[in-house]
Amino acid sequence: MSERIATVASRSGLHARPAAIFTEAAQNTGVEVTIGRKGEPEEDAMDAASILSLMALGAAQGEVLVLRAEGVGAEEALDTLAKVIETDHDAA
Amino acid sequence: MLETSSTFPGPGAAATPAGSLYTGVGVVPGRVLGTVRQMPGAVQEPPAGGGIPAGETLESSTRRIKEAAQAVQAQLGARAATASGEAKEILSATALMATDPMLLKSAVKLLSAGTEGGARSAERAIWEAGAGVAETLRSLGGYMAERVADILDVRARIVCELRGEPAPGIPYSELPFILIAVDLAPADTAMLDPQKVIALVTSSGGPQSHTAILARALGLPAVVAAPGVHRIPEGQEIYVDGAAGTVVAEPGEDQRRAAEAWALSATTLAAFSGRNTMADGVHVPLLANVGTAADAVQAAASGAEGVGLLRTEFCFLNRDAEPTVAEQVEAYGGVFEAFPGKKVVVRTLDAGADKPLPFLTNLDEPNPALGVRGYRTHIGSPGVLERQLQAIASAAALHSAEVWVMAPMVSTAEEAALFASLCAAAGLATPGIMVEVPSAALMASTVLREVDFASIGTNDLTQYAMAADRQLGPLAALNDPWQPAVLRLAKLTVDGAAAAGTAAGTAKSVGICGEAAADPALAVVLVGLGISTLSMSARALGPVAAVLGSVTMGQARELAAAALAAPSAAAAREAVRAALPTLAELGL
Repeated sequence: MSERIATVASRSGLHARPAAIFTEAAQNTGVEVTIGRKGEPEEDAMDAASILSLMALGAAQGEVLVLRAEGVGAEEALDTLAKVIETDHDAA
Repeated sequence: MLETSSTFPGPGAAATPAGSLYTGVGVVPGRVLGTVRQMPGAVQEPPAGGGIPAGETLESSTRRIKEAAQAVQAQLGARAATASGEAKEILSATALMATDPMLLKSAVKLLSAGTEGGARSAERAIWEAGAGVAETLRSLGGYMAERVADILDVRARIVCELRGEPAPGIPYSELPFILIAVDLAPADTAMLDPQKVIALVTSSGGPQSHTAILARALGLPAVVAAPGVHRIPEGQEIYVDGAAGTVVAEPGEDQRRAAEAWALSATTLAAFSGRNTMADGVHVPLLANVGTAADAVQAAASGAEGVGLLRTEFCFLNRDAEPTVAEQVEAYGGVFEAFPGKKVVVRTLDAGADKPLPFLTNLDEPNPALGVRGYRTHIGSPGVLERQLQAIASAAALHSAEVWVMAPMVSTAEEAALFASLCAAAGLATPGIMVEVPSAALMASTVLREVDFASIGTNDLTQYAMAADRQLGPLAALNDPWQPAVLRLAKLTVDGAAAAGTAAGTAKSVGICGEAAADPALAVVLVGLGISTLSMSARALGPVAAVLGSVTMGQARELAAAALAAPSAAAAREAVRAALPTLAELGL
């Protein structure tokens, strides 16, 4: 199991448009990735490809998240998705 | 309502015979040609307990669900690509919900024989999975609970995709079209794109239905309560005459010419000078009905001489708690700002009946139109009205608009007196009432002693005078402000106001803020009855001014007398229209 730590950069948090961008990216990787808050149990982590899960997570700007995946393509997928979280999608 | 096609085809027939005529009630004038898009009916719930149907397997059902979900995602994604702003964001997020693992995994699980209740069809599985996700979202509350409608919409779309039916909601088309529906719900009307829909036709619904109100606000030619139109085939070219209330399938050369002539005159009618005078120079101010600051800016740009009805509900709707005084001050101030030095009549909160508010009204009333609504909510929930009046007074102090305030659904002189005292306590100088309940019209000379003005809400006054629900298509003929009984109530109000004015030594004005004022022919009658201001959707200002400008006050009085004496609504309308040749010239 590989992990990446990423801090939410978008001003509106991982909501609305940033959440849609992230979910689309997660679905495109074709790898099963989970997302959760840093410090919370691994089994509470949610499916990163689910916009509903992401909305329910409701991560605000500055919150630290953990992405986890394993198997073929996991490292690349995690790198891509960590970058999406650390980009401010609300900047014009 | 007659349907004059003896050779009317049954459902599924390829085309309607040339010249087929459908007759309904015209609510917004305009003559247009266009292609029909039918509004699909509500999606039927797939039956429970059928198991996986014969010819299907667990694997094939799983695949069908995934393919249907992907198809819905692609459709919504394509629409998002052509949308902009907030609509684009909502559509993109909704598109992703269609293939959301939370939804699809739960649906696939419900296909297997091992789940509670046994195996389900693909349609039933996605239906129940959607309900489950909706329940989860609802329990999370706040922003997530607001997404419940989105997930239920996605679910309905996937079920339609599985069944090979058209998607629910307003049809999507690249090209402009004429929308035909049984009737539109408020939620549908919010989704309607006026760039794409060029006219509205409904088989049900009355002249006061949501469809009609929306059509007036958007200036879309519309015919309601036209039986049979929902059977006109998709894609057929039709002609709609929103003044005559007729729809012609397979239009001929005459209709084509009429539509071209309308397109030309519509540009002249759109213009209103900003001061409405009759042929003899009498000034009858034309005001606008608005709901938001954005409406007010548009109304001012259209030349409105003030606001005759500011619906304050916009500030309260879709909320589970009362807005703060500060929020209200800002919202009302936005409207006042658009009309510096001009009259703005604010109607206090009109909740109840078709505009329920969770913190004010009771949804369990057996008869909401006769229930605790309008001013009456003050009895059960005192405080809300006082705070609103305080907010109106604070906003008025910040702007130069001449602010008048009126209460909706006042029935007695005691209510009028109490409202006037609340206005005085808030420092609001000009209190008034709406005349919607027939008792207020009958007792106008007494009721108007307590306040400074009255404004007749013809939509509700008609529904109560005729005991006919505004929303019911079959009662459309009763629900007609041309009914001589309604005109007599308007006359009683004007006469009562004059008597109360004489007693008090100051004039008491009576205006109209119902949709009746937007009917140019009826506007002439109302002015002839002694109504001093007319308030309407901004779109109606041009046509009403054009027709009022063609008559003198003396002629208007004669026409009002003719309408009052008519034995029926149809006879009143016919007599007045026959005396106003301008209407036919302008296609109104």
